[in-house]
Formats: sequence, C-alpha cells, structure tokens
Amino acid sequence: MSRSTRRQFLQMFGAASAAGLGVRPTFAQANGRIVIVGAGFGGATTARYLRQVAPGLEVTLIEPLSEIVTCPFSNDVIAGGTEIGAITHGLGPLTAAGVTLVQDRAAAIDPDARLVRLAGGADVPYDRLVLSPGIDFKPGAIEGYDDDVAQLMPHAWKAGPQTLLLRDQLRAMPDGGVVVMTIPANSFRCPPGPYERASLIAHYLKTEKPRSKIILLDGKDNFSKQPLFEEAWAALYPGLIEWIPFAQGGSLLRVDAASRTVETEFHTQSGDVVNVIPPQRAAAIAYDTGLTGEGDWCTVNQSTFESTIAPNIHILGDAAIAGAMPKSGFSAGSQGKFLAYALAALQAGDEPPAPALINTCYSLVAPDYGISVADVFRIGPEGTLAAVQGAGGVSPREASAEVHKREAAYARGWYASITSEIWG
Amino acid sequence: MTSTLRKSFAAVLCLAAGTVAAPAADIPGAVLTASCFTCHGAAGKSPGEIPGIAGLDATDLAATLARYRAGDPDATIMSRIAKGYTEAEIAAVVAYLSAQ
Repeated sequence: MSRSTRRQFLQMFGAASAAGLGVRPTFAQANGRIVIVGAGFGGATTARYLRQVAPGLEVTLIEPLSEIVTCPFSNDVIAGGTEIGAITHGLGPLTAAGVTLVQDRAAAIDPDARLVRLAGGADVPYDRLVLSPGIDFKPGAIEGYDDDVAQLMPHAWKAGPQTLLLRDQLRAMPDGGVVVMTIPANSFRCPPGPYERASLIAHYLKTEKPRSKIILLDGKDNFSKQPLFEEAWAALYPGLIEWIPFAQGGSLLRVDAASRTVETEFHTQSGDVVNVIPPQRAAAIAYDTGLTGEGDWCTVNQSTFESTIAPNIHILGDAAIAGAMPKSGFSAGSQGKFLAYALAALQAGDEPPAPALINTCYSLVAPDYGISVADVFRIGPEGTLAAVQGAGGVSPREASAEVHKREAAYARGWYASITSEIWG
Repeated sequence: MTSTLRKSFAAVLCLAAGTVAAPAADIPGAVLTASCFTCHGAAGKSPGEIPGIAGLDATDLAATLARYRAGDPDATIMSRIAKGYTEAEIAAVVAYLSAQ
C-alpha cells in the first residue's frame, strides 16, 4: 500500500481515523518529571512506553539491582529445565531508550513535597510518581520464619539467589526424600505459581528421584486453574503430589528450622526440602508510606492507578489492588503500558483513555505441557477492573497432547516477547 | 484505490457492519494494540514461538480476528481474548497495525 493510499484508506475508514493512528498529538506535548520506583514488569514497562509515547516527559527509574531476575520461568530453573541466565535481564536497554536510571533504593516518599528520598541520601523530585515495588513478606505471619530461616527453608518467591538455593537443595536431596511446600491464603504474587512449581518439581522427581514425593500444605481450599492442574497431576504424577487444603488443616502456623519441620493446626510435617511461600503484602516503600491504608495492598483509582490515599502517586503491579486482575508479571506489564498512555494524557492536560487490560498466565505442568488462563479487564459498574463476561477463561479440559504442547511453546514465546519488549 | 486496498477497506467495513451507527472505538488504536505486543513482540515482531503480527495484510488480519472473536475452536487463547473487544476496537487495532 503506498503512503498516499494508506492515508486515504484511513481517512475513509471513519471508525479508525481518530483512533487508529494511535498516539494522540497531545501525548507528545506532555511534559514534566515522572519518577518510577522498581524496574520489574510494571515499572520498566511504564518507563519504556513513556519514552515512546511522550518524549517530552523526563523519565527517571529508581532500582537498586543492576539485573532483574524474573519470577516467571524461575520454577523451570528450580526444576533444572532452564539456567538462571535465561531469566536474568540487564537494564542497559532502558538507559539507551532515554530513561534516567538511578541505581539506588527508594527509602522514603514525601507525598506533600513530591520527593523520593534515596537510601544514599539524595532527594528525587517528581510531578507524578509511579510505584511498582512488588511484594514483601508479612513480618511475623509465620512463627519462626525470618530472613535467616529463609536460608534453610527457601521461599524462592523473589527470584534470584533464593531460586538457586531451592534448586540446589532439590539436587542434593536423596531419592526417597520428601519435599514440603507451604502456600499462603489469597492474595499473593502469581496465584498459579505454587502449583506450577509443584508440577515442575514433580517432573524433576519423577525423572531423577522417583521414590520421592511432594506435599503441599495450603492456606486455602481451591486455587487457580485447579481442575487443569489436577487433571495433569493425575495423568503425569499419580501419587507423587499430595495436596492438603485449608479445610484439612493445610494452613501453616509455625516452622522449626533446625528440624526442617512445619506445623499447621492438624499436621506436623518434616521435609528433606522445605519451601515456605510466606503471606505477602505490598513492598515496604508503599506500606511504610501508608499507601495500603488499613490493608496489605495499595488501593488505587482503577481507571488511572492513582493512589486513593496520596495524589500524584500511581501504583501498579503486585503491590496494587487492581480489581479482578491477578498479581502477575503479565498484569503488571499490561497496566504499565496503559499507565504510560494515561500519564502522557494527564501531563498534557488531556483525558486518559479507558483501560482495556489483559492478563494471560501460562503454567507449565511439564516441559511440554502448558495450560493457561486469559482474561480482558475493563472498569465495571463498581468502578473496579472486572473480567469481561463472555470472554476469557482457561484452557479446555481433556485437551490433546498437541494443544498442551502448543501452550507450552506459547508460554516460552510469551516470555521471549515480554522480556525483550521490556528489557531487550 | 488499489484492489488490495479496496479489499481491505471492504473487509474492515464488513467487520463493522451491524454497528454502522456505533461510534469509533473510544480507546486509541495504539493503546489497544500495545496489549498485543506483550505476546506478539515489540512492534508486533516476535522473537519467539508466537507468530508476529507486523506487516500483515489488513484483510487477512481483520478476517482472522473476526474468526477468533466468533470463537475459533482451533485457537488456544486468541478466541478467549478477541471476545473481550468490540468490533470497533478490533477495527482500530487492524487500522493501527496496517498503518505501521
């Protein structure tokens, strides 16, 4: 199509002429200082898209780590399917895209003065602040569990050294060993994540240590994609995975690191490897600033992700309550793209677009067996993000091996795409 | 207008048929299409196993998305996702991708 005919085509197609050309001219007129805390899926996506959409905005990204190790595919690393290098991403491309990178920790926020104080002591002023700080573990939620104990009973729920620790403990475990995993009640990062991890560990045990088993002590009675996981477990790992729900006393009360034992209301269970996934809340920078109110997570206006507590602070990703959207890297990235356009509009004095966001969570239950849940989210009558009725949903049950294989391939394809768009 | 162009135009118009009086998508095509890139790669160029969507023929793309929206049983997740968008929004995505 030639240039002039393409223009003609777009002019003729009324429905697309205003919307289809995309970036509104006003977005490019946006100016001001946007400061972003956290270079994970939410923050780095926002930074990258802001540079594309609104080149007039100054974009500063505060992140203490020089490399991001993703939680997605960290379960594959734990089970020996992938090396950690494949899920580790540098931040150089963000700098190359015009983002000012500050390698320091955001220690405090002064919402009135619109300043972020860095651990190093300097203040970073902002017109609008974007917080995508992720999660922290709720202190004191499990008796006996703290950072030191996490070196013996890894959580591996923030990817990096913890991922390798859990992998290495599994490798060192003798055949016939027992792996114990504890899973918190809702809400927590990556709802299907514990069950994907259990699946891939089961695959590793079946392959390498077939007399071993894995016991899941769960703080709830049902979980994400449960029928699909259970169908796969029955087919692939019969008798290998034991799931003990809340109703049967699955909720963790305390741990004893010395004996590698966990205790629930009805069970005392020791393991050769104990993976404790603790209860979570919004990361300290958000929690300590008071942005979670009385709860664990940040409340936001879900049409703009602006805090309901402090104006000019937008919170996305795992730390925020985004209606029915699950806490996932995909959700955070989808929110980050939308937020870049919304911030560009707001800084240009324009009306932000309405959110139409997506989450797709692929889980691997074996290296060549994937399952998924996908939804589109819009603002519903309650003013919160709700899944569009009649759309979305999970993979079909009793699908063919071919479908499972395609979904596993798409899980890897999604990972390649999202990570290269953000950090590539 | 070239014949390809006429075909594209007709296809997109067909997609919008039944909603002729409906307003254009409220959400700009760029904003809607950004969601596609999460799986299909930055600017629609896929680095992995999911097909790219850059440089596709507008007619084909419109027809494919209409099929997904109608619930193509051979799709893995696109049939679930496409149903979450209005016809006008899908037309805006097609127009945006075709203009790149």
